[in-house]
Amino acid sequence: MAKVTIPIGPQHPALKEPECFIVTLDGERISHLDMRLGYNHRGIEKACEARTYVQDVYLIERVCGICSHSHSTCFVQAVEEIAGLQIPPRATYIRTLIAELERVHSHLLWLGVAGHEIGFDTLLMYTWRDREAVMDIFAALTGNRVNYGMNTLGGVRRDFTKEQLAEVLKVIDICEERTKYYIEVCTQEPTVINRLSGIGHLSHDDAMRLGTVGPTGRASAVDKDVRRDDPYLAYKDLSFKVILDNHNDVFGRAVVRVLELMESYKLIREIIAKMPDGPVTVKAPRKIPAGEAFSRYEAPRGEDSHYIRANGTDKPERVRVRAPTMANLQSVAKMLEDNNLADVPIAIAAIDPCFSCTDRMIGIRTGKGTGNSIRWDDLRNYGVKWYRKQGIDFTDLNRKLAKKQE
Amino acid sequence: MANEEAIKAELTGKFPFLADKIVIKRERRLFADVPQDRFREVFEHAARKMDFVHLCIITGLDDGDNLLFIYHMAKLDGTVLNLKTTAPKSNPAIKTITDIFPGGVIYERELVDLLGAKVEGLPPGKRYPLPDDWPPNQYPLRKDWKPEMLEGKDGRKEEVKNG
Repeated sequence: MAKVTIPIGPQHPALKEPECFIVTLDGERISHLDMRLGYNHRGIEKACEARTYVQDVYLIERVCGICSHSHSTCFVQAVEEIAGLQIPPRATYIRTLIAELERVHSHLLWLGVAGHEIGFDTLLMYTWRDREAVMDIFAALTGNRVNYGMNTLGGVRRDFTKEQLAEVLKVIDICEERTKYYIEVCTQEPTVINRLSGIGHLSHDDAMRLGTVGPTGRASAVDKDVRRDDPYLAYKDLSFKVILDNHNDVFGRAVVRVLELMESYKLIREIIAKMPDGPVTVKAPRKIPAGEAFSRYEAPRGEDSHYIRANGTDKPERVRVRAPTMANLQSVAKMLEDNNLADVPIAIAAIDPCFSCTDRMIGIRTGKGTGNSIRWDDLRNYGVKWYRKQGIDFTDLNRKLAKKQE
Repeated sequence: MANEEAIKAELTGKFPFLADKIVIKRERRLFADVPQDRFREVFEHAARKMDFVHLCIITGLDDGDNLLFIYHMAKLDGTVLNLKTTAPKSNPAIKTITDIFPGGVIYERELVDLLGAKVEGLPPGKRYPLPDDWPPNQYPLRKDWKPEMLEGKDGRKEEVKNG
């Protein structure tokens, strides 16, 4: 039978983000997988060089929506290392607390997506409902569901009260109960086990060779976890287990993530119990002395690395970001070899990919397409006109509101 | 810091020309400048003989007349060796490391697209991360590159002005 090549993406119903997988099929079996990435390139690394360190903290936070705290922490700890800043212990603990809460909501999100990809949408509804509790606690603590804006050079921007921390514990109790149920679902439900077992096989040797990180690697018994190996924030003082599994497939990746949730709950309780008192920030210089630092951070998806070089001004010379998905993508081609075409969505989803963070550097559209761009004022006017056509006019209301404010 | 000192001693013992080129910045962080003609030996020794089994990233940067490449490699115990080497902008050629770390291919493609490095032995494949119609000889991470250099294409200038 002749081989058939099918492009999946950059826009495709099975994928949630723009990326293109070019699958060569022999019947239903995949014989080769090639990929084209870069559709989400936004120019962040170059943009960082033109902005001050403080502006960069916010820009870097927007590398990714889910791992926003991961990127901004990884960035600030590199800059703080160059500047020789010692941040107060309370700030360290607050950063760690947000980091673990982020892992909880990211893993719950993944479990839902995985459920969805195998047609088990009940699991999606359940996990995303529980994830909402974490998102709500984020909104209460930081003012935002994602992109928390907690980090600044020299510490964190908000302190938490005892009452707020008590609320966190309540949410964690609920999530822990629910997670026990998800562990049962993932490890005992025959449909789930049969659907996930043997899919996206990645042997331990291949995972090591390809530099796989995070839960994807740990499900192939790759014993890497930056929190333990290269301790940062408060992890040196905290106790937790690194979850390893040797199923080497999507099933193993699910098991690793649900068990990691339980470790995160333990960590959050320990962080809150040990939370030291004191200030949450020290004054950071505007200009950072010349120097360089390489910073690592265990994001929910795996190791995140930043390299920063400072040149003595208030703007960095070079900011290099490597998100975990970028390290894991190389293993996807290996995982999908000799799998069925129908397994593509779940096998790709199993690395918990995030293409926004992967393609973070330069994204300037040239040629076709830019003619359609619309300015903010034009967009607003267009909206006003559109509503007027529907018989809705806010002019009077706006005038009244303006008067009231006077 | 005994661990870091031991790594430094092993490297300088094996490669005497590195004697004053290795800096221990802090616990678990070593930086070393390696001349390009000896880079491959040092890199291979670190990866194969010294358990630096994980290539975190490759950073490329514009360093005036040269391009600077930093290979960040880690041991499983968390120690990171940052090996630096340079190549002149007039001929920014380096050799691929994908035979040792096949996962590094995407980092090398970035060096090609964004800094204009020539990576000898890079396996064929799709470019990353710039679009297919990106103009040749424009390398956005070089310091002399400005977004305005793409001007003249469908009102690009206007868009830059508006941020």
